[in-house]
Amino acid sequence: MILCRVIGNSVATVKHPCFDGKSVMVVQPVRADGKSALGKSFLSVDAVQAGVGDLVLCAREGNTARQILGKDTDPLHSVILAVVDDIDRA
Amino acid sequence: MQLAKVLGSVVATQKHESLAGVRLLLIQPQDENGEPDGDAIVAADPLQAGAGEIVEWTTGREAALALPVTFSPVDASVVRIVDHAWSDRKYMDGGR
Repeated sequence: MILCRVIGNSVATVKHPCFDGKSVMVVQPVRADGKSALGKSFLSVDAVQAGVGDLVLCAREGNTARQILGKDTDPLHSVILAVVDDIDRA
Repeated sequence: MQLAKVLGSVVATQKHESLAGVRLLLIQPQDENGEPDGDAIVAADPLQAGAGEIVEWTTGREAALALPVTFSPVDASVVRIVDHAWSDRKYMDGGR
């Protein structure tokens, strides 16, 4: 799983049916401080009602996305699976 | 990022039988600012996207799952035609 910050949103009318009713957010991987960017942003399907600005956990692996969101034949590649409340570091 | 601008289409008469009726698009991947990111690639398009539009594309096993024949020899496919997208850095209009 990847720690990410939600930085945006996207809207599409014509799409594969597996995206119907789902939000696709722009997420930016971040370091454990939750702030500094780490690599390139990507699109992720929201499964937990995340909002822009939220710190989230993303899975970037098709089988995970399909298990959470759809059928095993859906072309889903990435999913937001948790909104992070806090990171407790010793 | 998996957003790309459609540059045009690629025509191939002779292709694998599982790709019959599937359009091929030349797309330019973009970053979250709408700027080109890397080289243009060819992606299968089951949605009939047009030149100038912004699309979401996917790779790997999911690329074939997006097509009518889900066991096809493709490594990139268009899964959404994006009307607009925005991040805290940029608004991107798909021209629809």
